[in-house]
Amino acid sequence: MKRLTPALLSPLFLGLLFSGAASAAELTLVNFGGANGNAQKVAYVEPFQKSTGTKVVTAEFNGELAKLKAMVETKKVSWDVVEIDGGDLTRACDDGLIEKLDLAKTIKKDDYIPEATVSECGMGAFVWSTVLAYNADKLKTAPTGWADFWDTKKYPGKRGMKKSAQYNLEFALMADGVPTKDVYKVLATKEGVDRAFKKLDQLKPNIQWWDAGALPAQFLASGDVVMANAYNGRIDAAQREGKNLKVVWAGSVYTLDYWVIPKGSPNKALAEKFINFVSQPENQKVYANNIAYGPVNKGALKMLDAKTLGNLPTSPANAKDAVQLSLQFWTDHGEELEQRFAAWIAK
Amino acid sequence: MTTIATRSAAAMPLAEPDPQQLKRELRAAQTRKRLGALALIAPLAIFLLLTFVAPIVALLQRAIENPEVAATLPQTVAVLSKWDRKSALPDQAFSALAEDLARAKEDTTAGNLARRLNIELSGSRSLVMGTARAMPLRDADGKALSPAAAREAIIALNAQWGQPDVWRVIAQNGSVYSPYYLLASLDLRQNVFGDIEAAAPESAIYRTIFGRTLWMSAVVTLITLLLAYPLAYWLSTMPERRANLLMILVLIPFWTSILVRVAAWIVLLQSEGLVNKALMLAGLTQSPLELVFNRVGVYISMTHILLPFMILPLYSVMKSVPPTYLKAAVSLGSHPFAAFWRVYVPQTYPGIGAGVLLVFIMAGGYYITPALLGGPNEQMVSYFIAYFINTTINWGMACALGALLLAATLVLYGVYRRFAKVDVGIS
Repeated sequence: MKRLTPALLSPLFLGLLFSGAASAAELTLVNFGGANGNAQKVAYVEPFQKSTGTKVVTAEFNGELAKLKAMVETKKVSWDVVEIDGGDLTRACDDGLIEKLDLAKTIKKDDYIPEATVSECGMGAFVWSTVLAYNADKLKTAPTGWADFWDTKKYPGKRGMKKSAQYNLEFALMADGVPTKDVYKVLATKEGVDRAFKKLDQLKPNIQWWDAGALPAQFLASGDVVMANAYNGRIDAAQREGKNLKVVWAGSVYTLDYWVIPKGSPNKALAEKFINFVSQPENQKVYANNIAYGPVNKGALKMLDAKTLGNLPTSPANAKDAVQLSLQFWTDHGEELEQRFAAWIAK
Repeated sequence: MTTIATRSAAAMPLAEPDPQQLKRELRAAQTRKRLGALALIAPLAIFLLLTFVAPIVALLQRAIENPEVAATLPQTVAVLSKWDRKSALPDQAFSALAEDLARAKEDTTAGNLARRLNIELSGSRSLVMGTARAMPLRDADGKALSPAAAREAIIALNAQWGQPDVWRVIAQNGSVYSPYYLLASLDLRQNVFGDIEAAAPESAIYRTIFGRTLWMSAVVTLITLLLAYPLAYWLSTMPERRANLLMILVLIPFWTSILVRVAAWIVLLQSEGLVNKALMLAGLTQSPLELVFNRVGVYISMTHILLPFMILPLYSVMKSVPPTYLKAAVSLGSHPFAAFWRVYVPQTYPGIGAGVLLVFIMAGGYYITPALLGGPNEQMVSYFIAYFINTTINWGMACALGALLLAATLVLYGVYRRFAKVDVGIS
């Protein structure tokens, strides 16, 4: 045994170190955690475990496609179902990071809102919105839109904003008087982009940036900022905790998150079963009762009471003056604009 | 005589053996010894090779690698290599593109191409993906189109193919290696004819970021030096046992997780935090000072985290400086301060050099502290490396920035080596 030199041992140890723990008959679900993760746990994960006996392990990420890419490229895929942002769906699909879904057997397109089933790579999970939120305890008069968000004279105090070009450029244009229906038409031109950045310049000294979805509600509740753009579900969660936060739906930008299966997932069949399970109306109803994100199953919408519906981005009153995030626009211009935004913000 | 005889008899077997064999045995013994030594260092050598050298080589390679266009559009690139990027395009470029894209669609590599082109020309992603989806182009008989017909068909699919812009980007990226990422990391770019020019002012940022990284590292290094020098001096003049006890106070934070310390600083420095409350209670300020999410917070926290790296080398050098020199200088009539400055301080140069180098290099690579305690104006190079890796998946750019940061560190190290040698000569 003494001949077993360290030199011989070291590759062994390295092998042990680098081999991930892999096991079957377990489903790994990856989502953004937080309030939304909790709602998914109650509405989807626990019932799925109960009805199928499959253990579901949940993990959190912050939407970094890089993690998915690294997994797929090294062929060590440990995620089975991933919730990704609509803006990333086309990219991930084009880059071959996710499986083409074969949901036609179980999913009837007519039962769902049209956006949910447009992609061959992902199944719509829910509709969510980025809204103007404010602390009603701190503001005497309620703001009505993005023009008020930019008005630091009328509403002194810091603003919480997501650290990304996406959404902020749209909001800046709306604050500058561009009607909601023309936002992407203006943004598609060089002048439009310059105009949006110029508008952001005005607000720059008053901005506190956030990158995790839970932060704006915290900023608002602690009084660090008086207004923020935020995911409507996070504000809803804070309201449920008794915080006096309010949402302005006019000028909100909504989009969908999608369920995807990473390419090479060892549990593809199980993952498809899970996606099918969470798309059922009764499960989506429980989900919407737990967080104010809109179900994609039309049947689930019918089961909800008026109060819950009134908080969803998909309710007619809330969607009236809202913009749908243009996935096409951001797929094409995302790199350039995020790059410019990163340069702008660091200066 | 007898003794000599016995001796020579005893020596006989030694004198006799074949010198060749002796040499061989000696060599074998040496080889065994060398192999043994190699086996002892092999684990570490292999470990370093795998975890340190190989990744750095891969990083440097990835900073100049540009395989997407050359791999996906080989025929198009071949046709375009003869194009001067000004005159009208030959029809062959279109038929070559149709064939390349048809194959890319089959191999699902069109996405890589789309991503690469979109970095340089917004809109290329849907242009490439949309065109690839329409492939292959076939005429009524199921045959490949003639070059002229391919031109018409492709421009009909998307009028952008009729413009020279996208073709120029393809032509420019025809080679497997490209300085694109390295140039972009220095706010430079190549125009369509290959000349290097400054990047657009609204996206030029990296020179500022590199300057900021060096500046912030220098400030942190200076503060740590100013704080650490008196402390290390004080410790070095103490009796061993008390010095060790106090040293533990330096080392306990040093052993604590960096994340814990950063989080603790957020708690202490925030507007409702202990520091602000204490200041307001003492009546020093009326409203809370902004101590966090700005440069002040980053400096405070980085100084705190890096302080031990300055104290330890200074202390070890100061311990070895004999106190008698200082006393001798004073007894010979020097003013105590002049004696300290001209006799003591030069003897601690090696410690200052080591501490400054260590702190400066470590500060230059800081990511977590500025990310958590700073605002957008405090982000250093590492932040952008993380941004390109995680958010935009532009690994070429991340590697180029990493390579430049590495180069800057090596240059600084080289400078230090020169100075350090001089210092060693003096002491």
